[in-house]
Amino acid sequence: MGRKLLLEKAHVEGIRTYEVYRREGGYASVEKALKSMSPDQVTEEVKKSGLRGRGGAGFPAGMKWSFLAKPEGVPRYLVCNADESEPGTFKDRYLMEFIPHLLIEGLIVASYALGSERTYIYIRGEYAWIVDILEQAIAEANQAGFLGKNILGTGFNCQIYVQRGAGAYICGEETALLESLEGKRGNPRIKPPFPAVKGLWDCPTVVNNVETLAAVVPIINIGGEEYAKIGVGKSTGTKLISACGNINKPGVYEIDMTISVEEFIYSDEYCGGIPNGKRLKACIPGGSSVPILPANLLLKTAKGEQRMMNYESLADGGFATGSMMGSGGFIVLDEDQCVVRNTLTLARFYRHESCGQCSPCREGTGWMEKILKNIETGKGKKSDIDLLWDIQRKIEGNTICPLGDAAAWPVAAAIRHFRDEFEWHVNNPVESQHRNFGLAHYADPLPVPVTA
Amino acid sequence: MAEEKKLFKVTIDNITIEVEPGTSILTAARMIGGDVAPPAMCYYSKLKGSGGKCRTCLVEVAAGSTADPRPMPKLVASCRTNVMDGMVVKNITSERVIDARNGVVEFLLINHPLDCPICDQAGECHLQDLSYDHGKEGTRYEFNRRTFQKHDLGPYIQLHMTRCILCYRCVFTADQLTNKRVHGVLDRGDHSEIATYIEKSLDNDFIGNVIDVCPVGALTDKTFRFKNRVWFLKPVDAHCECTKCKGKVTLWYRGEEVFRVTARKDQWGEVEDWICNECRFEKKKTSDWIIEGPSTVSRQSVISQGHYQNLVMPKETMPEVMGGRQPRLLMDIHSVSEVNRPDVDLSALPGPAHSTDFPKKS
Repeated sequence: MGRKLLLEKAHVEGIRTYEVYRREGGYASVEKALKSMSPDQVTEEVKKSGLRGRGGAGFPAGMKWSFLAKPEGVPRYLVCNADESEPGTFKDRYLMEFIPHLLIEGLIVASYALGSERTYIYIRGEYAWIVDILEQAIAEANQAGFLGKNILGTGFNCQIYVQRGAGAYICGEETALLESLEGKRGNPRIKPPFPAVKGLWDCPTVVNNVETLAAVVPIINIGGEEYAKIGVGKSTGTKLISACGNINKPGVYEIDMTISVEEFIYSDEYCGGIPNGKRLKACIPGGSSVPILPANLLLKTAKGEQRMMNYESLADGGFATGSMMGSGGFIVLDEDQCVVRNTLTLARFYRHESCGQCSPCREGTGWMEKILKNIETGKGKKSDIDLLWDIQRKIEGNTICPLGDAAAWPVAAAIRHFRDEFEWHVNNPVESQHRNFGLAHYADPLPVPVTA
Repeated sequence: MAEEKKLFKVTIDNITIEVEPGTSILTAARMIGGDVAPPAMCYYSKLKGSGGKCRTCLVEVAAGSTADPRPMPKLVASCRTNVMDGMVVKNITSERVIDARNGVVEFLLINHPLDCPICDQAGECHLQDLSYDHGKEGTRYEFNRRTFQKHDLGPYIQLHMTRCILCYRCVFTADQLTNKRVHGVLDRGDHSEIATYIEKSLDNDFIGNVIDVCPVGALTDKTFRFKNRVWFLKPVDAHCECTKCKGKVTLWYRGEEVFRVTARKDQWGEVEDWICNECRFEKKKTSDWIIEGPSTVSRQSVISQGHYQNLVMPKETMPEVMGGRQPRLLMDIHSVSEVNRPDVDLSALPGPAHSTDFPKKS
């Protein structure tokens, strides 16, 4: 049983309300930080903890905070990215819905560290009911004196505002989020300048994921060094994983990054195995935009080692044989699932969510979707597979924001690992319409390279 | 004593140049000129905030600077990346760049209607030039090309959304030149389009400049529409006393007639001075203008083929061989036949022509 830091109290009855949260030890980190630490000490503590951004890229949060420009007389902003729209990822929703005060607490501490007097939560528009929950929590925190003017008599002022998005995945990209927050069209900005220098209303801004900010609370409470002891290597602390797909117990799990992928899927404590005795075929371990892996590469790395649930191990082997931790959306596919269909679904999503600003993503995502649709419906040609590869190659890395990469990677990985399934679809156009390719050899043990 | 400004040394395609700090790679490459300058479909030096979108100007940075000589992992948009001292840039000497640029051109063309034969922009279209330089002869795209619902932008400007490459130049132009922007980009992704959300006409003063900044034939001059091909016209520089703009324009003549008026453009196809709507749309008589002389047209441009600079007229040989006598006309094919009744204007009839439309002449 791994240690829990974020969701430990999530199921205490009434934890959503301020009284219960406070009774359970809530807002202790605010008291500790504001009364006994300087803003730089808080940042230092987060740096020591090795906390990595939980939104997908995994950039060290403390580093990001220390990059924030601090010119005189210019306000600084902290923006919480709650625009969680990645297919397969729903951890932030769980956190905000069940234990909203944890996020508010983390936001106050982070705002103090960064000197943000106006802090924003940019929340996905579809999470309409969570806005009410958060605003309730903010009102309660205001009443208790943890927000507003002169918090705890320290002279620090801070107010948190919740802003709803209008249903665009792209607004989860930090600069598009800032544009949207400013009331403009949610087009990603061209970097540099980075938000740490010119962000919201051209002021220095830090944008952090919900889970990252919530993790600040235990870091302050137990200390950065203590936090860094949890987990392995550069994957410190605990991570929320939202597991879904063909598993017995879908849901949000907090793991401490020391368990293996195999244990995560099959143990009763977590996903509880695959229903109806089916076998594992493939898995997207970090939300829709990370590369899909076949069962054999998922459980063991190319070197034949056990693959663990942490940043390094999931990325082991690069994109050739590995994947990414991403935002923790763990999607499991059993032997009855069709990888071509799955890839088409993802390609359709990215086509629909492309902002249309830069050409490779605007045109390429739609093209990929159309070709995949042809292959899926039995109208594909053999050359289409190579064409898909060429298109994704020309999108990746050539776009303004990471959405182009996110659209290219799933297609690339599906072709890289499941090329025979694509070819089977092309070669058997009739059969592929009423039967699946099945598990094939995707779970066969990998040939272990002989070391001399 | 004023301190001497430090110049940044940047090497682009093995050519080193010294530029002022804050110069973009594209601008530095344009200073060198020639093939070294990357193509730019969305960047416009006179529009603030433009660039970075089309990705045709991607270049490889082989060394970031003298202080940090690491190469940049991704190709960068040269129009929005500033040079650093000691930077080494590869444009046409990099295979990665050429490959990526070909890809971008292909992306720009898959949904382009390729209706150049009926497009007014043909001959001065940047996308046409770009696809001649980087495009393939065939397409790998086998699907229906994107279409849009038609929008009417009023009496001056014609919108062909199918040709648009979403460079956002016209949006910046309207923002930065006119008193109010009424058009913009609606929707997102591959169905995003330029439109005025509720049918409005674009008639703010200076809005006509969107025609000049449009790199393709998406925004064209309604007063010139289908009147003539640009390569049949002869561009002439002219000016007038205008209270709103500098009045420096190019007149496009065919014979004695002014077919259209545009702003003057520099060698990168960018407008030199913005002109007002009145100069562009209303003053179409030679008497409105003071002629300066023929405009210089790039030798590479198709427009120069009909140009009269250094024109050598073929020698008339007939009078010479006939000893000064004029040839006798057997039949004058230049007169108009009366059989088809040229006095009846067919296009003025409300419906199909009928026998009653051709009353017998008494």
